[in-house]
Amino acid sequence: MPPIKEIRGRGLPLPGDDIDTDRIVPARFLKTVTFDGLGDALFYDERYDEEGRPKDHPLNDPRYRGAEILIVNAGFGTGSSREHAPQAIRRAGFRAIVGESFAEIFFGNATQIGLVCVRAAPEDVAHLMATVMERPETELVLDLAAGELRYAGRTAPVFLPEPVREAFLEGRYDPLEVLLNAMDRVRELDRRRAAPGKPGLY
Amino acid sequence: MGKTLYQKVWEAHAVRELPDGRTQLFIDLHLIHEVTSPQAFAMLKERGLKVAFPHRTFATVDHIVPTHDRREPFEDPLAQAMLEALRKNVAEHGLAFFDLDSGRQGIVHVIGPELGLTQPGFTIACGDSHTSTHGAFGALAFGIGTTQVRDVLATQTVAMNRLKVRRIEVNGRLAPGVTAKDVILHIIRTLGVKGGIGYAYEYAGEVIDRMSMEERMTIANMSVEGGARVGYMNPDATTFAYLEGRRYAPQGADWDRAVAAWRALASDPDASYDDRVEIRGEAIAPTVTWGVHPGQSAPVDGRVPDPAAFPEEERPQIEDALRYMKLRPGQRLSEVKVDVAFLGSCTNGRLSDLRLVARHLKGRRVKKGVRALAVPGSQAVARAAEEEGIAEVFRQAGFEWRAPGCSMCLAMNPDRLVGDELAVSSSNRNYKGRQGSPTGRTVLASPLTVAASAVAGRIADPREVFDLGGAHAAD
Repeated sequence: MPPIKEIRGRGLPLPGDDIDTDRIVPARFLKTVTFDGLGDALFYDERYDEEGRPKDHPLNDPRYRGAEILIVNAGFGTGSSREHAPQAIRRAGFRAIVGESFAEIFFGNATQIGLVCVRAAPEDVAHLMATVMERPETELVLDLAAGELRYAGRTAPVFLPEPVREAFLEGRYDPLEVLLNAMDRVRELDRRRAAPGKPGLY
Repeated sequence: MGKTLYQKVWEAHAVRELPDGRTQLFIDLHLIHEVTSPQAFAMLKERGLKVAFPHRTFATVDHIVPTHDRREPFEDPLAQAMLEALRKNVAEHGLAFFDLDSGRQGIVHVIGPELGLTQPGFTIACGDSHTSTHGAFGALAFGIGTTQVRDVLATQTVAMNRLKVRRIEVNGRLAPGVTAKDVILHIIRTLGVKGGIGYAYEYAGEVIDRMSMEERMTIANMSVEGGARVGYMNPDATTFAYLEGRRYAPQGADWDRAVAAWRALASDPDASYDDRVEIRGEAIAPTVTWGVHPGQSAPVDGRVPDPAAFPEEERPQIEDALRYMKLRPGQRLSEVKVDVAFLGSCTNGRLSDLRLVARHLKGRRVKKGVRALAVPGSQAVARAAEEEGIAEVFRQAGFEWRAPGCSMCLAMNPDRLVGDELAVSSSNRNYKGRQGSPTGRTVLASPLTVAASAVAGRIADPREVFDLGGAHAAD
């Protein structure tokens, strides 16, 4: 896992609270056994009408093409545990999300795949959104080491749990290797703990 | 100072603290299904890993199975491919699988409890946010993403942050026609869809204590709609009576030891909580949603809210919801015409849900023009419903009686809304497009309200349609 210290790129504003995982990736796009190609399903029903014609949506707006940082409001990613949601965002080319708050399962799923979600104060998010809407070419610098977002001569503090921040900086955000290091203790728990249909362990 | 059940179960499963501050948590029971597992098995293979403890993972197929014609291959080749992938993966790793021909297939959150896989004090993980359902047994149960499904397959553990605990007491009595579904919709409206972020919800109080396990499951199921990844009830005599004799529940001497251990897991009377909320049962009405998330709800005999009555910063979201739902501020909910009635899902697809509705539906007919679906949550529920004559009541009333699966809750199968149809649904999510049509509209409601609305052809108050008075409707 490569460390993630700084993300530079343009922003894409997605205003609105409580944007749910069904909007991020409609359920019919979950009918797949891989995550490949999911970037095209991102916000599909908001981007295209029922005949598949593009609608007015920031993701269809050529001014935001190539943006790498999503800007959202509160409660982003509420709803299901589908990892397809952060996977689709990642595969559509985004490396970070700046928002007021995130749903818990979404945040965890995003973190494990190296999609950085940071919180910012509502007034900072509003200012950032307004700036990017007015000047889509604005370069944003998300500096995880400093815990701040810099753009257009402005610096806004961003927040994420300290251990998560360190995990990004040190490239430890996928925990599997670490989990595998304690298998002796896990086996011991497995021997002791009750398991369905296994007698003698209660 | 005493401890909460959450603390006790957490401590019993903590393997160690991780360098990133999270806890490595042992998972007693891992449930998998066809949607969120194939990529996890692929990741496992990529790393050359095997399933570490195959006896702790159980699989079924629910999201993509058609409920009308189950002959294989399914009409939808993508659905068939997902089922085949699951079959291949469980065979390769030697996992128990409740397949379509097992007689035990069903929605994962219906069959876990039904088979006795779900037990008090367990940690339970599944790649599905409604895993919170299993918390009704005093388990610590939560949804995980696919990368974490990989972690559980490979190590039987996940990296987790400890949650705060909010005790929600529902005291007093419920009025006639008010069910568990109305209780949880009321709780979510009261505390908000983000109110539970960072918390586990402990449900308690006189109303919860009197509830059956299936009613408790309805409430725990929707914890996640209130932002709480985990919701649970303390195990009690009702819990033990439900579990006794089930296929995977402990037997004989194990049973007695288990019950003693389970009793000790309940939160201590002097446990301290991060927050406490009390709700009066009498204050809860049959509740329906009018918006595009489960917190946007009102009493069924009420009106669509006026955005002007809300703080300015909330107005745009409410206006957007009403536009999507094609509802007018101030409009009576009982004037809203219904196209589809859906009874089923991991929230309300259990035998007691169907039983309760059948009792009131007998002798009535679904309104002409309404498409009504009754979808049992599992093959066991379907069998029992046939034996008890419940299925026949639904058929006679004009419901389509279907085979078990997730069905129209999320439309990963042929059951879906068309165009801007409005469905009154016993499921758990009313997000835009949730039921399969990008303009489809969902009104969440209790099974009784779904049935009443099917009969009336509009959103209807079950107390009126079914003449409920006096006794607790769910008794």
